[in-house]
Amino acid sequence: MSASTDAIAQPKTNYLNATHGLKSWLLTTDHKRIGLLYLISVSIFFVLGGLFASLIRIELATPAGDLVEGNTYNRMFTAHGVIMIFFFLLPSIPAVLGNFLLPIMIGAKDVAFPKLNLASWYVYMAGGTFTMIAMVNGGIDTGWTFYTPFSSTFSNSQVMTAAIGIFITGFSSILTGLNFVVTIHRMRAPGMTWFRMPLFIWGMYATSVIMVLGTPVVAITILLLALERGLGFAIFDPARGGDPVLFQHLFWFYSHPAVYIMILPGMGVISEIIAAFSRKRIFGYRFVAYASIGIAILGFFVWGHHMFVTSQSIYSGIVFSVLTMLVAVPSAIKTFNWTATLFKGSVSLDTPMLYALGFIGLFTIGGLTGVMLATLGIDIHVHDTYFVVAHFHYVMVGGAILAYLAGIHFWWPKMFGRLYSAFWSKISAALVFIGFNLTFFPQFILGYLGMPRRYHTYPEEFQVLNVLSSAGASVLAVGFLLPAVYLTWSLLYGPKSSQNPWGATGLEWEVADSPPTTFNFDEIPVVTADAYDYTKKEAEVV
Amino acid sequence: MSSHSDALWAHQFESFDQQRESTSLGMWLFIGQEIMFFGGLFAAYLVYRISNPLIFKVASSELSVLWGGINTAVLILSSFTMAMAVREAQLGRGKKTAIFLLLTLVLGLGFVGIKSIEYSSKFEHHLIPGQEFEWHPYNEQQVAAYEELKATTGYTEEFIQSRMELFFSIYFAMTGLHALHMLIGVGLIIWLLPRALRNEFNADYHNPVECFGLYWHFVDLVWIFLFPLLYLLGRNI
Repeated sequence: MSASTDAIAQPKTNYLNATHGLKSWLLTTDHKRIGLLYLISVSIFFVLGGLFASLIRIELATPAGDLVEGNTYNRMFTAHGVIMIFFFLLPSIPAVLGNFLLPIMIGAKDVAFPKLNLASWYVYMAGGTFTMIAMVNGGIDTGWTFYTPFSSTFSNSQVMTAAIGIFITGFSSILTGLNFVVTIHRMRAPGMTWFRMPLFIWGMYATSVIMVLGTPVVAITILLLALERGLGFAIFDPARGGDPVLFQHLFWFYSHPAVYIMILPGMGVISEIIAAFSRKRIFGYRFVAYASIGIAILGFFVWGHHMFVTSQSIYSGIVFSVLTMLVAVPSAIKTFNWTATLFKGSVSLDTPMLYALGFIGLFTIGGLTGVMLATLGIDIHVHDTYFVVAHFHYVMVGGAILAYLAGIHFWWPKMFGRLYSAFWSKISAALVFIGFNLTFFPQFILGYLGMPRRYHTYPEEFQVLNVLSSAGASVLAVGFLLPAVYLTWSLLYGPKSSQNPWGATGLEWEVADSPPTTFNFDEIPVVTADAYDYTKKEAEVV
Repeated sequence: MSSHSDALWAHQFESFDQQRESTSLGMWLFIGQEIMFFGGLFAAYLVYRISNPLIFKVASSELSVLWGGINTAVLILSSFTMAMAVREAQLGRGKKTAIFLLLTLVLGLGFVGIKSIEYSSKFEHHLIPGQEFEWHPYNEQQVAAYEELKATTGYTEEFIQSRMELFFSIYFAMTGLHALHMLIGVGLIIWLLPRALRNEFNADYHNPVECFGLYWHFVDLVWIFLFPLLYLLGRNI
């Protein structure tokens, strides 16, 4: 870690030690402490979801179904999907990094509604508890998509309990999004104009809008599913005139934009890190900012690409296909602008930057295969195969999780005032990158060759690629476990961090202490410059 | 600014103006998510109405336009009393605020009461979906409409029964969720009443009443759409 030479002056009283005891944490309204509550919870869910992924990869190491039965396997991949999507990916960056950083980055003492913010965490935990009860009582075998009529009529698993859990958790997401939108609109410090905001804030804004407008649609969908399953209502039951495809429309109306809830905050994190470690203002700031909003808006009009092989009309299919390809435009703008920022920058390869560069490469592959899948003809060939699995893992793991880890490594010294091992963290970044590609690249080939997803057995000719994938998964697991070790070490024994160990710009680095005080600033800062003013910062150093 | 107002000024805000603007924007966003929430339900209604226009027409004749109409009037009146409550809160007149809130509460409960009368007749007619649902024509017009439906479309009785169940599932889902929102509103009035009586609201601080007003008007508006869609549309019997 390239600690700068500033004298290390940390505040005696900060948000971590201002008050003591479990109660002071469980009843806190401090956005930073709430961020840490989320950090602990999402980490636990990540480990759980990862365990299910490991079981899946162990089963798939051999063609025969020798570890578990098909029925158990269904419950394992459903558990993996439900936990990772609803309880890890959706809250990870917004609720952990967003909560911690958003008010500091715009120069506010807290979010607009601190009590609501704490309530969001409790709602999230309540939803998580319900879903965990469903898992303990035998799990769910519908896949994370809960397609009707299987989920509403035929499945004998814990659909109701899990549905209630996901319904509840949705409100946590809505309340967080609402809080962030109001905070960004109303709580900016004097001089913090819209186009002086860090791009992370633009990403969070776009994300929050999707959370507020998208999540209620899946909430009503799950509620209708519960009415049908629990009370015998006729909503999606084809025997009584219901339309299972309507369920898919309603489900994907949220669940496709939800993908952007997972990736947009990650793009925000990457913009911060690329600028900081290239020591340059981000290339085309306004384009990157508008691209976030563009993705959020377009994202609401592409859901039909999940339904190319349903009864959806071919003309809808064509429109959804074209609209989906359009999402590649703002995504590509971001990718090109990050690359252009690197060009002739003073690039330093610290751990957050390694993760960020990994993100750019993997997200590009994930995004381009997304365009392939948006093509009607190709999609019919690879629909429901491992090609799709590989595609969305490139975006969700290679994109969202790498961005999350990049962000955690970047802001860790700010969050805890401690440094971590540069060596081990770089090893971890390398292992994650190698392990990830080894796990998921073979799945593109498997899918293209026709291996369907969601089966626990497969023909023998697929074994080599599956063994490669399982081997990659074990490397990936080590890559994910390492940070748990050296970051815990850093919490306990890590050397103290200065206010701005990376020499980065932004109120969180230049004005707030490490770790910040409870109200972030002694007095509300006045902003006089654009974001990423690295030219000026470099001039000061010289 | 009186000292009790200072206690209502949350620490994260720089001024009362900022606090008021923030809570009001937050409430509008909440209403935005409510629109999307009901929007999914309206979309489902629309899809099924379009695919079963004739059966839904006969099914809707089961609903009482009289009770529905009275309830519409009750709700519009309650929106008026609610608007008055907000005005009185802004003027800092606690007692009058409380009176108008109480009137809103009574009208809200009146709506739910009338709704439960309607629901109980559906219960007596075996029109609760999933609970041994069985639709029967109950008067001459319905008998005639039913016979005409069978004659013109060739639908079997079983087919018509199943789509009737679809209609009543949507009906109960929509009106049930709406009634639930009314009950939540009633609960919120019970929370606001003592605060109004303690004279907590004034020109600087009246966000709770104002935001609740937005919620109440929204719930009324949902009914303004539900009533014609479920009770009136295509009705000629």
